[in-house]
Amino acid sequence: VKLDERPLVAVEDRPRQLESLPSRSDSAYLAITRGAGLAVLAIMLVIGGFLLMRALDAITSAGWGFLTTAEWQPDGGRFGIAAVLTGTVLIGLTAIVFAVPLALGTALYIAEYAPSRLKRLLINMVDLMAAVPSVVYGLWGFFLLQPQVLVVGPQGEGLPRWLATYLGWIPLFEVRQGGTSVDLRDPTVSGTAFTSSMFIAGMIVALMVAPVACSIMRESFSQAPLGEREGAYALGATKWGMIRSVVLPFGRGGMIGGTMLGLGRALGETIAVYMVLSIAFDVKVRLLESGGSSVSALIALRFGEASDFGTSALMAAGLSLFVLTLCVNFVASAAIARSRSGAVSDA
Amino acid sequence: MTVELPEQRRALRSVQPEDRFALLGSLAAAASLAFLICRVLLPVDAVLGFAVVFFFAFICCYAVSVSFTQSGPHVRDRLASIVAHSLAATMLLALVVVVAFTFKRGASALRHWNFLTQDLSEAGPLQPLTEGGVLHAVLGTLIMITIALVLTVPLGILAAVYLSESRSKVSRFVRTIVEAMTALPSVIAGLFVYALIITGQRSLGFGQKSGLAASVALSVMMLPIVIRAADVVLRLVPGTLKEAAAALGASRWRIAWHVVMPTSRSGLMTAVILGTARGIGETSPVLLTAGYATGYNWDPFAGPMVSLPLATFSLTRSPEPTQIARGFGAAAVLMLLVLLLFVLARVIGGRGPGELTAHQRRRAGLRSARDLGRFDGYESAASHAWSAHPLPPPPPLNGRSL
Repeated sequence: VKLDERPLVAVEDRPRQLESLPSRSDSAYLAITRGAGLAVLAIMLVIGGFLLMRALDAITSAGWGFLTTAEWQPDGGRFGIAAVLTGTVLIGLTAIVFAVPLALGTALYIAEYAPSRLKRLLINMVDLMAAVPSVVYGLWGFFLLQPQVLVVGPQGEGLPRWLATYLGWIPLFEVRQGGTSVDLRDPTVSGTAFTSSMFIAGMIVALMVAPVACSIMRESFSQAPLGEREGAYALGATKWGMIRSVVLPFGRGGMIGGTMLGLGRALGETIAVYMVLSIAFDVKVRLLESGGSSVSALIALRFGEASDFGTSALMAAGLSLFVLTLCVNFVASAAIARSRSGAVSDA
Repeated sequence: MTVELPEQRRALRSVQPEDRFALLGSLAAAASLAFLICRVLLPVDAVLGFAVVFFFAFICCYAVSVSFTQSGPHVRDRLASIVAHSLAATMLLALVVVVAFTFKRGASALRHWNFLTQDLSEAGPLQPLTEGGVLHAVLGTLIMITIALVLTVPLGILAAVYLSESRSKVSRFVRTIVEAMTALPSVIAGLFVYALIITGQRSLGFGQKSGLAASVALSVMMLPIVIRAADVVLRLVPGTLKEAAAALGASRWRIAWHVVMPTSRSGLMTAVILGTARGIGETSPVLLTAGYATGYNWDPFAGPMVSLPLATFSLTRSPEPTQIARGFGAAAVLMLLVLLLFVLARVIGGRGPGELTAHQRRRAGLRSARDLGRFDGYESAASHAWSAHPLPPPPPLNGRSL
């Protein structure tokens, strides 16, 4: 019989079983890594749950007053986050107002203008700046920036006094002493009216968060596609024209993300704020005036003398801060992930 | 008929000589203008005011002088470039000032050797700087960070491997939670440990501040950072490498150990080192959990233990100049530690996955030369066997074609 003339037998097509049993070392490996992942999950949930549980003790006893009370006397039953949360947000916003132009300019310089030999060094310097401990920034702010740049001499010459004198009619820049607005053209007003203000704390925090924002912005700028850059140049754009029409739109996600991440850091910053700020519990937007408050500084100030319930109250304040930073961070990562540049970048 | 024009080279440089003149001229004009405004017309006597006036005067002068020769877009281009340059210079200047200021003020304490060889138990605020030092704080920092690393690094890297390997719903949830936890302010990590371990009737506790409590607080803060950074590094390992290993029959464990880990080693080291630098510099969790000590404490389980940032913070709150000098000294030592870690991270890391150092490349070359020698051995053995017992010729095909 010739091979070609044999009748074809239709065999039912049965897919092979492809299941592969993991070897013993493989299943151990999978179990160990999964165990580590679940352990991390458990730890994080325990932290969150514990915070929430203790915080709820305090929040339920304070009721809605927790959001509207400015004082902080948990053992007297009167406590709330109105003052501290306002202060935190104001310090964070001040920091961002100073940090974003710095970060944006530096990121653009490194990504677009710097000679390629310098680039590596500059990136390292900015990263190093992000790694400098916050207590060092605090020292710098308290011993150099405040007494020698911002509030100089007995009269407190400097930016805050200048702002308060000429822009004092804006509530943000008003300065009061003993409940009444001070007349700053009167040269006898002492400089202590301007020290330890939220403005100065915000400026110090700005320097801490600028490198964080800068490295994210630079990352997204440097990924702007070469073809589009060259296209812009070919159409006759100047360098700035190219940046405005290619690099900035491409890096928009990175810019928003970096800003929000910086804001998140600024809101949570403790020690530098605590070193400079003198804590005062009243709801106010007067940035330049001496005294202010922030949630993290409140915790650092009061944890030692707090009773069991007082600790719960501090946790409630901490939880409100955490919720705030969490929202800000999620906005940041969503902005980065949605953007064109974010598809490949991390952070 | 063609006219012979003398050949003129076009200037292709982006910076023309007249740009330099415009720049220098504007600088001079702005300096004089700022001097005039600040010193003569207005009583703005601060450095900052002078700098701001100078900057804006410079921008205006430069814009005007460029606009004599260039069109609008070019003027805007120049101005944007100037603004970017000055913002970057401001930021880098700030970094240099922060670091230099710390070292300058810390120098008076660091100049004495005893600052690095003694503790502060004998030296009060009134003793001169020739007595006492911060060795106890260095010791405390090292103990705390070691325990924190032992707690975070294995767990963090294993969890990151899990996140990068597994594609299940659970791993996505873990990733979201870890991402959320990176937003946890460090002071809250400290407060959590303070309430859970140190105080409170319902807590499991030793009832006292200790180095271990501080290490746990630092770990809580560092763990999400390490996981996040390691996860990013592990995801950079090219999928083709893993697939090649799988195609050669490697098991998942072998792939992780022989392909993923070596490829991402430098990135993982960088992640750990940068996490360490963050942990070393944190003050607030330590402030809440470690207490303050002036002497050596080798025992992390009992008694207060101080770290460098906490010593800096506590010492500089004193009104005594010697204590403040000591605080700056401690800050300078801390900065040196952070710098050391940072340089280490850049030396080890900073290479993409799979890029080898010269030493590693040489070792890989030696390894493959050895393999080649081994294969040669196989081949000569096989040809030996072939000549001794040649295989029978293939059977005839019986007219069938293959």
